[in-house]
Amino acid sequence: MTGSSVGGFPILSLMLLVPLVGAVASLKANREQARLIALVATLIDFALGVVLWASYDIGGAQWQFTEHAAVFTGFEWKLGIDGIALVLIALTVFLMPICIGASWNSIEKRAGEYYAAFLLMETLMIGVFTAQDLFLFYIMFEAGLIPMYLIIGIWGGADRIYASYKFFLYTLLGSVLMLIAMFWMVNEAGTSDIPTLMTHHFPVGAQNLLFLAFFASFAVKMPMWPVHTWLPDAHVQAPTAGSVILAGVLLKMGGYGFIRFSLPMFPEASAHFAPLVWGLSMAAVVITSLIALVQHDIKKLIAYSSVAHMAIVTIGLFAFNQQGLEGSMIVMLSHGLVAGALFLAVGVIYDRLHTREIDRYGGLAINMPYYAVFFLLFTMASIGLPGTSGFVGEFLSLLGIYQESSWVALVCTTGIILGAAYMLYLYRRVVFGAQKNADAAAMPDLDAREWAMMVPLAAVVLWMGIYPESFLAPMRKDIAVVEQRIDAAKPKGDANVKIAAVTPVAAEAGEAK
Amino acid sequence: MSSSILIIVFLPLLAAIVAGLGNKTLGFVPSKLVTTGALFISCALSWPIFLSFLSGDAHEVVVPVLHWVKSGNLDFAWALRVDALTAVMLVVVTSVSALVHLYSWGYMSEEPDQPRFFAYLSLFTFAMLMLVTADNLVQMFFGWEGVGLASYLLIGFWFRKPSANAAAMKAFVVNRVGDLGFMLGIFGVFLVFGTVSIPAILHNAPAVLNGSTIGFLGYRFHTATVLCILLFIGAMGKSAQLGLHTWLPDAMEGPTPVSALIHAATMVTAGVFMVCRLSPLFETSPTALGFVTFIGAATCFFAATVGTTQTDIKRVIAYSTCSQLGYMFFAAGVGAYGAAMFHLFTHAFFKALLFLGAGSVIHAMHHEQDMRYYGGLRKKIPVTFWAMTAGTLAITGVGIVDVAGFAGFYSKDAILEAAYARGTELSHFAFFMGIFAALLTSFYSWRLVFLTFFGKPRWEQSEHIQHAVHDAHGHDDHGHDHANDHAHHGHDDHAHSDGTAGYHPHESPVVMLIPLIVLSIGAVLAGFVFNHAFISEGTGEFWKGALVFNEHLIHAAHHVPTWVKWAPFGVMTTGLAIALYAYIVNPRFPAAFVEQFAFLYRFLLNKWYFDELYEVVFVKPALWLGRVFWRVGDIGIIDRFGPNGAAWVVKQGSRAAVKLQTGYLNSYALVMLVGLVGAISWVIAR
Repeated sequence: MTGSSVGGFPILSLMLLVPLVGAVASLKANREQARLIALVATLIDFALGVVLWASYDIGGAQWQFTEHAAVFTGFEWKLGIDGIALVLIALTVFLMPICIGASWNSIEKRAGEYYAAFLLMETLMIGVFTAQDLFLFYIMFEAGLIPMYLIIGIWGGADRIYASYKFFLYTLLGSVLMLIAMFWMVNEAGTSDIPTLMTHHFPVGAQNLLFLAFFASFAVKMPMWPVHTWLPDAHVQAPTAGSVILAGVLLKMGGYGFIRFSLPMFPEASAHFAPLVWGLSMAAVVITSLIALVQHDIKKLIAYSSVAHMAIVTIGLFAFNQQGLEGSMIVMLSHGLVAGALFLAVGVIYDRLHTREIDRYGGLAINMPYYAVFFLLFTMASIGLPGTSGFVGEFLSLLGIYQESSWVALVCTTGIILGAAYMLYLYRRVVFGAQKNADAAAMPDLDAREWAMMVPLAAVVLWMGIYPESFLAPMRKDIAVVEQRIDAAKPKGDANVKIAAVTPVAAEAGEAK
Repeated sequence: MSSSILIIVFLPLLAAIVAGLGNKTLGFVPSKLVTTGALFISCALSWPIFLSFLSGDAHEVVVPVLHWVKSGNLDFAWALRVDALTAVMLVVVTSVSALVHLYSWGYMSEEPDQPRFFAYLSLFTFAMLMLVTADNLVQMFFGWEGVGLASYLLIGFWFRKPSANAAAMKAFVVNRVGDLGFMLGIFGVFLVFGTVSIPAILHNAPAVLNGSTIGFLGYRFHTATVLCILLFIGAMGKSAQLGLHTWLPDAMEGPTPVSALIHAATMVTAGVFMVCRLSPLFETSPTALGFVTFIGAATCFFAATVGTTQTDIKRVIAYSTCSQLGYMFFAAGVGAYGAAMFHLFTHAFFKALLFLGAGSVIHAMHHEQDMRYYGGLRKKIPVTFWAMTAGTLAITGVGIVDVAGFAGFYSKDAILEAAYARGTELSHFAFFMGIFAALLTSFYSWRLVFLTFFGKPRWEQSEHIQHAVHDAHGHDDHGHDHANDHAHHGHDDHAHSDGTAGYHPHESPVVMLIPLIVLSIGAVLAGFVFNHAFISEGTGEFWKGALVFNEHLIHAAHHVPTWVKWAPFGVMTTGLAIALYAYIVNPRFPAAFVEQFAFLYRFLLNKWYFDELYEVVFVKPALWLGRVFWRVGDIGIIDRFGPNGAAWVVKQGSRAAVKLQTGYLNSYALVMLVGLVGAISWVIAR
């Protein structure tokens, strides 16, 4: 066992176990018991997450809290995290209690099974970020979708079947290709150990195929344009908490996959296919933002905005430099919080009026002033206002890609204009304006439960915006590892600054005052 | 100085949080006291800093606050920088803000949402102070966006009004177009310099950028030109320069104190501040400076032409602001940064004065903003009249060469002389544009005064006045909001032959008059008192390198031909004479003129059709494209041939598959698991 750990205690296994036990316990429980079990389980996991973060040794060993147990030949129970995984686990355990809170009153039928599904999903999501064995990762990665199918398919809206079917079909295609690629890799490298694979050099020719196979899976999960169409339907049909966790954590699996597998394992192929990723990301930013502009359904609008934000993630990842990579990680964290919070905000009014039609609302600033404040904060964070979490990630990612290509940077930066347009247009129609519908005008402001969900999210959004160092520090070294791995292969930037005169001053230009 | 700057900047933030969160629980008076008090303290602390720079005692200080972002070799922190340039902005921002806070006690006294209003005002002030104290480009961008947020919230303060919401959104989105340039500019600066620290960039700019080229969008340009023009696009958005100006007139939907603070004195001058702050960088690119000169000159001309036809008192002043910002930019463009800052300084006082004066008129006229329904107010609201007159004397630049004059006389003439003295083609273009705009400025400013305060009352046609009269007589049973409702035509049954409709305007309360008087003093004296510090030869001492101070240009500007020195005076009196003739001597003249030049009039009245153009070129196509990408792209193509197509194939395939997509989710899950187990078994067995 290497790296720091909590007195040799298998904390990662415990974090997987707690929700699993909760899931089993709540399966047959009644509604009141089940939601209490779920809340307690997720809060315990959150507490464990805090312990995990606190005992993580920044700048220490690359892989910490490692656990290892050979289950049977060729398959190992092997866990361990680096800083990248740490922050994503923190995001997961932070959002889960909020999801349980969001479901508190709105889930009535088959509540025991509902909470069981959620808790199972938490186990599997944490499993994805902790797995150090390729197949363990695969199982967690794919199985994590099963509870999501169930949540959409059973507790979703009117068109839930179509939505979950679409979700299934898309992800299935990608998974199959990725699995085949994994088999080949394990054969070639002789190990399924992820840290080893991250330093293994695959033949350049094979890399391209492997990259594409993984890309098929990650691009769908991300989702990247044009394989994004499952997301709006899934979001629209999912119950509030389902949307929160989908936007908050599940969409991050694609990005995690890129930074954990595609970039370090296939650096040459990543560089080779970078223009493809750039092209799709540019298309996503412009196209899905424009689509978001004409939506009438609040959730669909935010879902399309998610696609645009995720494109900023891929742009940052394929900028091949520290700023881009760190930026995309911060975008992932920030989007997890902000999109989650926005779906939560939609849920608040959906619970009251049972419609997602934008036009049915209006003038909420009058009868729900505190709600309006939170919604404004999250809207601004989504737009990327400096001082909120949204800005830091977006800024770093775009700054990163600018060093590679000014065209890509220009096109993707238009997202700040379009993002402002669709989000403010939404805000204007829902929160501002006159009260035109009596039922919407009669909605009460946030209750205590809703305050308890909104305040932590708002606090972290501001924290990440004003002092992102807390989040950047744990992953700095691990990002640097990835960066070094891809540095040799990275394409040359288009700026190619030429300095005419021989100037000793240029050398000290980097030195900040 | 380091502790006082912390208080100056963060006290308004604290006040905004207290007033904003406390809101109605806290009550009206406490929230107003907290915010206004905070601003007066900030103001009181700012003047000593400014005066110590003026006396030459102070040196630049950077006060670190908190680390912000470190990523690779990118590293920047929250820090407050104070130098001469910041000191000028500090007094402008805190003084006008404090006075506007005070003024709002009176102006907003009937408003049920006062704590929110004052919280926004203080929040704005905080963001603006962060902008002017920025030590790196990213913090400047923070302030930049922060003031944008506050502006958005304040323009949309009356959020029940659709027009206010539309204007707020437009302001934010149009500004974001500029921000696109600003952001790319920051990226480029980091790429070239490896830092976003302003002093480091400025220090290295001449050496690094000299003869340097950069690839941008597939072409190669001079590095300095690319960087400066990108950054300047940001400035164009914030400072409402031609092309990105369309939000500013609409921003007049906000309450008038907001217009005075944000859309006249402070926020809109942020672009000018930025160019001056980065002046050593801009100096490395004559092309970029030429662009700045051209945009500034074109804006000052364009906005002045439009200003002559508007009838809404606030819109006239808004276009006037736009035009004056153009002056500041071409001053910077020709290299007279000191003059640009000086005009920014004087303009802050007299333009805030004009707006607050207009607010006082609007207050007296029961929310009526259309000057066609004013007239004869001179005797009714004498303090406002004199304040507005002082403002008008200042903006039109009344003064005698080599003797003395009002504020605008010093700053505007300095700009025009510098433009002439610079001696390039573009600077001469700017000079003539500036002279012509000065003529128009004089005309529309006096037109405003004459229409408002002179002649006979024309109040009876105003719906607002009619409502007021109804209210006063207890006839009003509509129970509607006067500010928001144009729909009701309560026709007047009190026929008054004097055009007053029986309405009696009252002078504003004393809390509104104090700011007017203070600003009037500023408008009269600011130029006379401070011109030596800002623009005389040898005042590099004052700036201490905070901006590029071109001694040669100042020297040349002082020795321009006599006709150049007298030209502003000539056009100013001409404009006054035309206004006097058209609106006092022969009031039928404007109508006749409009009839004669109907096309020109419509062109100007419709603001050169910019809004219509943008609607056709940007807004409509964006929505159309959005619908096409959605309905045709996503649904028609991707879904049809993707998942739905797959479903169709499967449907044709077998009955089993038909069952599969009838939606038993458990069976999907089962399939999935079975597949997984199979796969794993295969691995193990192999």
